[in-house]
Amino acid sequence: MATIAPERVATTVVLDGVVKNFGQTRVLHDLNLTIRPGEFVSLLGPSGCGKTTALRLIAGLEEPTGGAILMNGEDVTGVPTNRRDIGMVFQSYSLFPHLTAIDNTRFGLDMRKVPKDRARTLAAESLELVGLAALADRYPHQLSGGQQQRVALARALVTSPKVLLLDEPLSALDARVRVQLREEILRIQKELGMTTVFVTHDQEEALAISDRVAVMQGGRIEQIGTPEELYLTPATADVAAFVGLSSLLPATVTGGVARIWGRAVPVIGAAPDGEYRAFVRPEHLRVARAGESGMRGTVEASILLGSSRRTELRLASGEVVAMQHGVSLPPERGDEWLLVVEPAPVVVRPLA
Amino acid sequence: MRRASFHPHPVTRGVIGVLVGSFVLLPLLATLEFTLRDGDAHSLVHWAAIFDPAKAATYKPIWVGLSNSLVLMLVTIAVVLLLLAPTMILVNLRFPRLRRSMEFVALLPISIPAIVLVVGLTPIYLVIGRTLGTGAWTLAFAYGITVLPFAYRSIQAAIDAVNLATLAEAARSLGASWPTVVWRVLAPNLRGGLLAASLIAVAVVLGEYTIASLLNRQNLQTALVLVNKQDAYVSVIFSLLALLFCFLLLLIIGRTGNLGAARGKDR
Repeated sequence: MATIAPERVATTVVLDGVVKNFGQTRVLHDLNLTIRPGEFVSLLGPSGCGKTTALRLIAGLEEPTGGAILMNGEDVTGVPTNRRDIGMVFQSYSLFPHLTAIDNTRFGLDMRKVPKDRARTLAAESLELVGLAALADRYPHQLSGGQQQRVALARALVTSPKVLLLDEPLSALDARVRVQLREEILRIQKELGMTTVFVTHDQEEALAISDRVAVMQGGRIEQIGTPEELYLTPATADVAAFVGLSSLLPATVTGGVARIWGRAVPVIGAAPDGEYRAFVRPEHLRVARAGESGMRGTVEASILLGSSRRTELRLASGEVVAMQHGVSLPPERGDEWLLVVEPAPVVVRPLA
Repeated sequence: MRRASFHPHPVTRGVIGVLVGSFVLLPLLATLEFTLRDGDAHSLVHWAAIFDPAKAATYKPIWVGLSNSLVLMLVTIAVVLLLLAPTMILVNLRFPRLRRSMEFVALLPISIPAIVLVVGLTPIYLVIGRTLGTGAWTLAFAYGITVLPFAYRSIQAAIDAVNLATLAEAARSLGASWPTVVWRVLAPNLRGGLLAASLIAVAVVLGEYTIASLLNRQNLQTALVLVNKQDAYVSVIFSLLALLFCFLLLLIIGRTGNLGAARGKDR
């Protein structure tokens, strides 16, 4: 696979104070983001948060209202899409219906005036990379959705672009194919060492494959960090609510320490003394050991997640909390459990 | 096994087919019979007369009209393919808000009688006559307007059937310039619609009389009317041939449409 792997140094992509308006509406507010060479960065957020717009700005499919986009230090803000040297995979199927898989794949090479024989060899290698060498002569309508997105990926990779842009490429696929293909994307990305930006609204997807994730909300980046950082130390309540599952428990903060159910738990970030709600992860709740005091809850529902089990309990106050525990513990609807909070750092949100 | 009850019985279908078919075919056969009349008998004498040097002067307008109409066909197709189609692609990709107004404007000519159109066109053709001359080919501008509703519908149907924006963006991201996007990606995928629009343009141009006659240009139809006064047989022969040619075109349109539908079904 040495031919496709870019000999060029992977690219740094910088969004420098990027602003984007659609008419009177501002959809991106002063976006600053540096993507390091060879890094896999996901833009994660609910629909309408501006993540796709940010990706389209990097691609040159939209023009920023303000700010600059740099690739390897060079300002590409005014450079049209076709001269940015990018590879892009779209959410909707974007293969050219009148061309076979191999002709679709070599399209970018033809645009770059690569000699015919070499273009065919490279395109065949690229299709092999995504596991579709056998279907090279099929037309898009003869391929399944997953196969079409694989060809689209091969087509985007074959030109060894400076940056690979993936705009929710998996969202139209069924769950099994989605997981399979995302692992393949990750494998290929690591193999080729290409700087990659991946847009998704699926937090599980983003956490599973990214080096870093930028959580976006209302046209701003709320937090950027490794999946572990986002999950364990979310910077804001929005991030805590969007990434992973949490129960909101009443907490009293004094001197940077929250009291939840009578236990002291460190607080992430600065919070003045007062009453709050704390985001507690399911795995940070457990059943009390003998002699421990805790909060009583009644089992409402329980689902098996495979190697663990998630159980929802209703407290005396009427709130429902979720906890994660080993499969061995057999929950029965109506069981009464005594729950304890582990002292793992939490994010808090003011009561109002 | 027959699938659904609302499909007509084969016999009903056959009867309807024969009725409609004879409605179309009978006048054609009668016309053919007329061209074969030779006193009380039938012969090919009128068909042979077309190539008789002695009558060449009488038939000359037809050849002039026919060649003018062929030129008009080409220029009208050029108007459809080089002006209308790129405009529609541009509107759909970059100015989707203009789609409604464009559709309204494009469909307008269908509601304006040709004779009314001519009243409006006459002063414009005075200007055209002074700048571009009075050659028959200038009629193609007017024909571009009369063809507009039909060409617009068939191209728009093709555009609606593909994801134009994504295809264009994908091609752009792969390094294609705008002309390359249109030529190598969009045109092949709109082929059915473009072909149908061109063939409809041909059919409209071949059958047009009013505008040409009132603007004093000569085309096939005005020539047929002219020659009809001297030799009814030859003008009928040419009418028949023009009609058959149009039928053939419609058949081709139908076939290409079916091909497109068959390809779509595989999805």
